[in-house]
Amino acid sequence: MVGIYLAGAFSISGLLFFNRNRVLKYLLIAAFLLLQIGFTVYECLHINTTDLNYFTPDSLGLLLLITLTIISIPAFYHSYVYLGTKQDNPKHTAIYFAAVVALLTSISAAYLSNHIAVTWIFVELTTLSASALIYHRRNNRSLEGTWKYVFVCAISITLVFIGILFLSFSLPGAGADDLSFKNLLVKAPQLNVFWLRLAFIFIFTGFTAKLGLVPMYTAGIDAKDKAPSPAGALLSSVLMNVGFVGIFRSYIVAANSPIHQWANHVIIIAALLSILVATVYMTKVKNIKRMFAYSSIEHSGIIMLGLAAGGVGYYAAILHTILHAFIKSSLFFQQGQIYRIYQSKSIYDVGNYFKYNVTGSMVILLGFFFATAMPPSGLFISEFMIFRSLFESDYLWILIVVMLLLTIIIWAFGKNIFKLLFTPPVDFKEDGLERIKPAESISQFILLGLVVYLGLNPPQEFVTLIQEAIKSLPH
Amino acid sequence: MTNVLLITFTISLLYLGIAHRLLTYIKILAFQGVLLFGIAFIELIQINAVNLTLVLLETIVVKAIAIPLFVNYVMKRNRITRDAEPFVPNFISLIIITLIIIITFILSNAMSDTRISKIYFVVALSTLFTGLYIIVTRSKIITHILGYLVIENGVFILSLAVGNEMPMLVNLGILLDIFASVFLLGIFVNRIGDVLKDVDVDKLKNLKD
Repeated sequence: MVGIYLAGAFSISGLLFFNRNRVLKYLLIAAFLLLQIGFTVYECLHINTTDLNYFTPDSLGLLLLITLTIISIPAFYHSYVYLGTKQDNPKHTAIYFAAVVALLTSISAAYLSNHIAVTWIFVELTTLSASALIYHRRNNRSLEGTWKYVFVCAISITLVFIGILFLSFSLPGAGADDLSFKNLLVKAPQLNVFWLRLAFIFIFTGFTAKLGLVPMYTAGIDAKDKAPSPAGALLSSVLMNVGFVGIFRSYIVAANSPIHQWANHVIIIAALLSILVATVYMTKVKNIKRMFAYSSIEHSGIIMLGLAAGGVGYYAAILHTILHAFIKSSLFFQQGQIYRIYQSKSIYDVGNYFKYNVTGSMVILLGFFFATAMPPSGLFISEFMIFRSLFESDYLWILIVVMLLLTIIIWAFGKNIFKLLFTPPVDFKEDGLERIKPAESISQFILLGLVVYLGLNPPQEFVTLIQEAIKSLPH
Repeated sequence: MTNVLLITFTISLLYLGIAHRLLTYIKILAFQGVLLFGIAFIELIQINAVNLTLVLLETIVVKAIAIPLFVNYVMKRNRITRDAEPFVPNFISLIIITLIIIITFILSNAMSDTRISKIYFVVALSTLFTGLYIIVTRSKIITHILGYLVIENGVFILSLAVGNEMPMLVNLGILLDIFASVFLLGIFVNRIGDVLKDVDVDKLKNLKD
């Protein structure tokens, strides 16, 4: 099935690239969505059965695949709205849709792969397709964003490759050429510590470009800012989860080897620095999209803290990843409507949003509460569990520092959001404003509703899947 | 024999540190491609024939001929001036690259593995750090790409160290090579020339907070 899916999806992407017919384009997109949904359902029914040797839908891959499928439907809808309002050139539209399909396909394959080299290949492909999305507007600034993204991602993909090489050095005995995660996990206690340390640090650093952590977070910020908002939603939710998958799977190997403590310390340093960087930039950033992007950096820092703290933190880290993807994508979808009203992303040019688009303002307000982890947001639950695990594993000082930084982030985030919602804008001409249909916000409400549902009253299957995903971590 | 080739490779790094013209950089990259061809030939002679042909063809065709010619074409097309414009004097670059090599020597003594020969580790790591050093001390976008290509050569040497046991990793390295260089060079420098006219990293400072 994986073979059929990959062949089908990549040929749909190729056809979209060459097709200039409007009707055929929508038919192809509908075909891809059907294929994606069918594939997800099939994998749900065939959990843990290896396909094509390199793809196993384990519980973590499955959870994230379902998340991706749920987010991809509104992403196509909002792309349709975005490109419909802009009167774009058909060639650019064709490249855009082909790139979205290729991006979603390679992300799905990266989630499910059980071999670190295969994951690596598909992460490489995500860089390729994401850069086509970032370059969509074809002006100087988007070129700069694309260039930086491609260059930083090329460097970090090289770092991951070096990490894989070191990992192969660490395997005991010659002739052991199996680098699948399963085999690595079995051999974890016997791996050579020196090489394993080097391998972990290179792989971790490499994947931070996708997940958005210090040191490689910079490229992702520019990318999310410059990409069209539906694409930005994909970049800041499902693409970040690819980085999480890479780090999580190699962390499982490290956690079962003698370097567990050391790996925890590496992760904690990166996570704390990420939260600090997010705090510093949140207080001074004036661009709404970049503000959302920095908020993603903060959340990935929190996720990593949960991973390092252990215990209930493992569970919370995965829950946080999934819920954050829903919240951030709905905020980015909503950002497209803000831009259509004010024609600007700067916080100086916007204001009084409640007057121009009531439903949209509700989404922004709810999204703000949800993203800052206030109840009833599901993030409140996961963040609370992460703090508890930090407390239980004697990281009290880290907990205090993180809480202080988070308070500053809430203040900075709130200041900008309330300016957007309530303060009247300066020099803003109201005549000829586009009326935005309230129906365009339905998908955001659904995504936010899912966050409440999964956080407060998770279905039993969901809990079992998360527990399955973390069962090979030491407790 | 491999040792001679690897040491020549390291010397080419020192030459890279003091090179002034972009054309010299390109020639050194082509020369490194030829050296890698030799190393791969001696080192991987035991793996199966199809795979060996692929690796050798890649080193000689892509690394030694295609990429240098292509960089040259891109430079001509965008009328990039021929100087590399380093931020630091060449003398200091030479000292720093020597230091990098010495430090990797000391580092490699810390490792206690008999499976990986130390010389590969030393040459690969020093190539890697030299590439990074070139990226941060030169001001043109094209020199960033040249530095990246140097890093890739280092990674290729590292993958040759386990090439006999895991030929798959060498193939992955080739994939990285083709993907990254075609992508970075092919699409981007062309477009950057069209949109920005003057290709300098100083022009890429608009996106910030």
